[in-house]
Amino acid sequence: MANSISERIVDDMVNAGIDFVTTVPCKQLAGVIDLVEKNKKIYHIPSNKEDEGMGLCAGAYMGGKKPCIIMQNTALGVTVNTLAALIQYYQIPLPMLISYRGEVGEPVACQVEMALHTKPILQQMNIPTFHFHKKDDVEELSDILAYTQMCKKPTAILTDAAFWRVS
Amino acid sequence: MIRNEVLQSIVPVIKDELVICNIGSPSQELFQLDDQPSTFYMLGTMGLSSSIGLGLALAQPQKVIAIDGDGSVLTNLGTLPTIANNVTDNFILVIIDNGSYGSTGDQPTYAGMKTSLTAVAKACGCENVVECRAEETADELKKALAANQMTVIVCKCESGNVKVPVISMNPIVIRERFMAEVANRNA
Repeated sequence: MANSISERIVDDMVNAGIDFVTTVPCKQLAGVIDLVEKNKKIYHIPSNKEDEGMGLCAGAYMGGKKPCIIMQNTALGVTVNTLAALIQYYQIPLPMLISYRGEVGEPVACQVEMALHTKPILQQMNIPTFHFHKKDDVEELSDILAYTQMCKKPTAILTDAAFWRVS
Repeated sequence: MIRNEVLQSIVPVIKDELVICNIGSPSQELFQLDDQPSTFYMLGTMGLSSSIGLGLALAQPQKVIAIDGDGSVLTNLGTLPTIANNVTDNFILVIIDNGSYGSTGDQPTYAGMKTSLTAVAKACGCENVVECRAEETADELKKALAANQMTVIVCKCESGNVKVPVISMNPIVIRERFMAEVANRNA
C-alpha cells in the first residue's frame, strides 16, 4: 500500500512537470525517494542540508526546471531564512513534500518537539500548508502542485505517519 | 589586490556569461562596476551562491559562473560534495578568498587561518581545483571557460572593501530580468 502511494505521488509529480528534485532522506519518504532516483524524467540531486537544497532548486527554476524538495519537518528549523529571503523574496514556486514526523504513531520522542513547531512556523511564514493524514488526501496532490506554480510560493505538503501506515 | 580589484579584473571575462553573485559586498560591488541582466544578485541567504549556480548549470546548457566567498563557502560547506558528485562542465565556482567576512566588518575566517578551501574542495572530490593569486584570477577564469570542465577557482586576495550603496533593485525584477536572459540564450 505504501508503495502504491509512493508511485502515485511520483506519477503526480511527473505529470505536473516536476523534473528537478532534491532530497534529504527520511524513512517515511524512502519509497518516494527511491522512485525519484529511478525516474528518468527527474534529475535527482541529494543535498546535504535543506537550505542548500533550496538554493539548488532556486537555480534550477531560473534555468527553466520545475523543482521540488523532499525533506523532514525538522528541516523547517534550518530553512526559515532561506524560505523568507530566497524562495519567498524572489517568488520562486517550490513544493515541499514533507515527512511530518512526531505525530500520532511516532516512535521517537524527540521528533514530537519539532512536530509541535511545524504548523506554527508554516503559519507564521504564510506558507500554504496541506496536511495529508488519510490515504485519500493524496487525491489533492496534483492540484496542489499546479497551485504552487500559479502562486509562485513555497507550499508545504505534510505527510504524517497515519497517511503512510500500511493498511 | 582586494575583492573589488579582483572583480574589476574579471568583469571583461564574465560580462557575457551567466553569473550568480554572492550576497553583500560582492553583489553591491559588481552591481556598481558593471550591472548586467545576465547577473543574478543575491540579496539574502549567505552561503547559497554555489548551490544556486550549480542548480542553474544543471538545468540548462549555458555556462554559469558562481562568485562566492570563503566565509560563504564555510557556512555552506556541504555544497562542495554536492558539486563534486554532480559534475556539469558548464559550471565554474570562483571563491574569492580574502580570509575574512568582508560584508560584516572583516572579521577573520578560518579559511584565512589553518583551513585550506582548495584542499577541502579536492578532498570533497572536486576534480579541477585551482588556487591562484588575485592577479591571476582573470587568466584562470579564461582558461576554465576555454577548458569546458567544471572548475573550482580559489582566488587568494587581501581583505578590504570599498564603499558602495546597497542594491535597491526589486528582487523580482532581478529574477525576471535574469530569467529572461537565460531563456533568451537558450532559445
